[in-house]
Amino acid sequence: MKVLAAMSGGVDSSVAAARAVDAGHEVVGVHLALSAKPGTLRTGARGCCTKEDAADARRVADVIDIPFYVWDFAQQFTAEVVEDFVAEYATGRTPNPCLRCNERIKFTALLDRARDLGFDAVCTGHYARLDDGVLRRAVDVAKDQSYVLASLTADQLAHALFPVGDTTKAEIRAEAARRGLAVADKPDSHDICFIPSGNTRAFLTERLGSRPGELVDEQTGEVLGHHHGVYGFTVGQRRGLGLPHPAPDGHRRFVVGLQAETGTVRVGSAQRLDVGVIEADRPVWAAGAPEGPLECVAQVRAHGGCASAVAQAVNDRMLVQLREPLRGVARGQAVALYRPDPDGDVVLGSATITATR
Amino acid sequence: MTYLDHAATTPMLPEAVAAMSQALSTLGNASSLHGSGRRARRTVEECRESIAEALGARPSEVVFTGGGTEGDNLAVKGLFWQRRDAEARRRRILASMIEHHAVLDAVSWLADHEGAEVEWLEVDGYGRVHPETLRAALERDPDSVALVSVMWANNEVGTVAPVRELAALAAEYGVPLHTDAVQAVGQLPVHFGASGTAALTLTGHKLGGPYGAGVLLLGRQVEATPLLHGGGQERDVRSGTLDVPAIVGLATAIRHAVASQPHSATGLGRLRDELVAGILSKVPDAVLNGDPGEHVLDGGPSRLPGNAHVTFPGCEGDSLLMLLDARGIECSTGAACTAGVAQPSHVLLAMGTAPAAARGSLRFSLGHTSTAEDVAELLDAIEPVVARARGAGHRRAAS
Repeated sequence: MKVLAAMSGGVDSSVAAARAVDAGHEVVGVHLALSAKPGTLRTGARGCCTKEDAADARRVADVIDIPFYVWDFAQQFTAEVVEDFVAEYATGRTPNPCLRCNERIKFTALLDRARDLGFDAVCTGHYARLDDGVLRRAVDVAKDQSYVLASLTADQLAHALFPVGDTTKAEIRAEAARRGLAVADKPDSHDICFIPSGNTRAFLTERLGSRPGELVDEQTGEVLGHHHGVYGFTVGQRRGLGLPHPAPDGHRRFVVGLQAETGTVRVGSAQRLDVGVIEADRPVWAAGAPEGPLECVAQVRAHGGCASAVAQAVNDRMLVQLREPLRGVARGQAVALYRPDPDGDVVLGSATITATR
Repeated sequence: MTYLDHAATTPMLPEAVAAMSQALSTLGNASSLHGSGRRARRTVEECRESIAEALGARPSEVVFTGGGTEGDNLAVKGLFWQRRDAEARRRRILASMIEHHAVLDAVSWLADHEGAEVEWLEVDGYGRVHPETLRAALERDPDSVALVSVMWANNEVGTVAPVRELAALAAEYGVPLHTDAVQAVGQLPVHFGASGTAALTLTGHKLGGPYGAGVLLLGRQVEATPLLHGGGQERDVRSGTLDVPAIVGLATAIRHAVASQPHSATGLGRLRDELVAGILSKVPDAVLNGDPGEHVLDGGPSRLPGNAHVTFPGCEGDSLLMLLDARGIECSTGAACTAGVAQPSHVLLAMGTAPAAARGSLRFSLGHTSTAEDVAELLDAIEPVVARARGAGHRRAAS
């Protein structure tokens, strides 16, 4: 096959590209320049779009002997990922930009361009397994990224390669070292790549300005305090509320709801975070929308947050009833559905959370 | 391999390789006082004289540098500091919008750090600065101008500037004009004395000489504040031990390139015209950017004879470059950039090209090793490559 390897300059995508070469594919490496102002992120190389990262990717391509190019996707990335991220927070939702980037940039903008240019597939360093179109959790469960890939359609997955999903991160690092790749010891990226400071609230404040509102006790309606914007909060958040805690009744206080229209942040006890039913839109079903109830395990955020559940397709939407309550379920996050399997849990579908109760 | 990127760098001339190789095994610091030093100094001075002769300059006007970027920086910053220090009000820099980054960024740096006021000279749709534009900018306040910088021939679209006229205009107001002639030397007739410019930058690797060796021609009366302080070599304007072998290679290359220029320019121009005509017949909606090259300017063609710069509507330059590269055809999307990120060219934007069209452009540049087969290879490939790249990535996204 002709394979386009998306190379961030990190160890995972580097080994993924090397494995694609070993598998006999004709591989071309591409580093996506995503920062609208190249060079401004040259320090703090923890993201995925610094000049240093591009240089690292280039050196890996040299070593595994494949052509390498830097493609500018800054415009699409800004429009599809960064602006969406800001807009979602502004409406009181909590987006997942990595998921969005996979969905709109790597497996739409990049994949479309790759296919048009004669490539059969795009290869990335994501930790997930993909065989015969079936997406499963990675062998390394702690590093599993199937959650941020679960919204890819069958067509997108048919043109995707995830060569490192069958290996643990520790082994990938060892393999990178064996292959003589200088990125073998490069630290993992943790933060959102376009917020290198890691300070999401400051990033949003800069873009959204002050949008003052009240922190309200969700039971009594009492105004507990004031804030500069609902975008500074996420459902389930406990720290940084600026409130004396615990509450008079001794309970710790959490954000339990956000209303962007009124600027209200509702605050309540941990019990009020319990969610039993999730409504979600823009569903993607791995095997088509199910006729009836679908037994599954639902995951509501990138790490953790799993519960057994029953999911249904309801008019182009998804309804998920959890068998045990989950906390910290935020609108704007994805709910991913899995079928437990000893050979790796199988992804059944995914959708964007719009409401919880 | 089909190499169509001579404007990025061109192979060293065999004569230059031979002369430089021989010089590499000789000993001597040109500043030393003993026999070896004197021999090295003699070699350097002979090179200086031959370069001066080839380019219509005096030997004392030849300042050896480490290449084009250094020459541009030394001219722009050196002239600015010198003029400002002599007369505090001379802080205005007039530079064209289509300069190479070595000038562009040096000028911007002076604005950001040294209190320079910059006036970017607009260009026409071909990328040419009109004398009226310069005159208007000078007349606004002639006594505040420190220098003018306009490149002799643009590295991207190949358009040649009316350097003589511009320099004469600047001289009317007593303002020195620097010209970046990195692409011009060897392709156009370049006579420093006749050009009337105060300073002229050239570099070896664009004309068949070595990398990392260049010259700033600096008029006898023109003073520049040095960037590099030290041993005081090169008129006290540029310190640093002279790289004798590189200077030998450079001088040899300049001599050959200039001697063969009238003949080679004709051949290159003919080959380039075939290339352009072929592209336009295979891809009818392709557009040639820059001056068509049909006129004579300062005794040479109005466009660099080896340059073809073409927009392919609906294509990303990156895609075209990759597809051609896969077929062994090497060209450029514009000026090479350190990050490897293709930004829409500031040259095309200044010419009024829309950003999308600017991104869909390729530069093919011919040089002394180019053949009719190279052009044929490209013409064989261009139609399917453009068909493949056209709209790539937009089709499904739009639907």
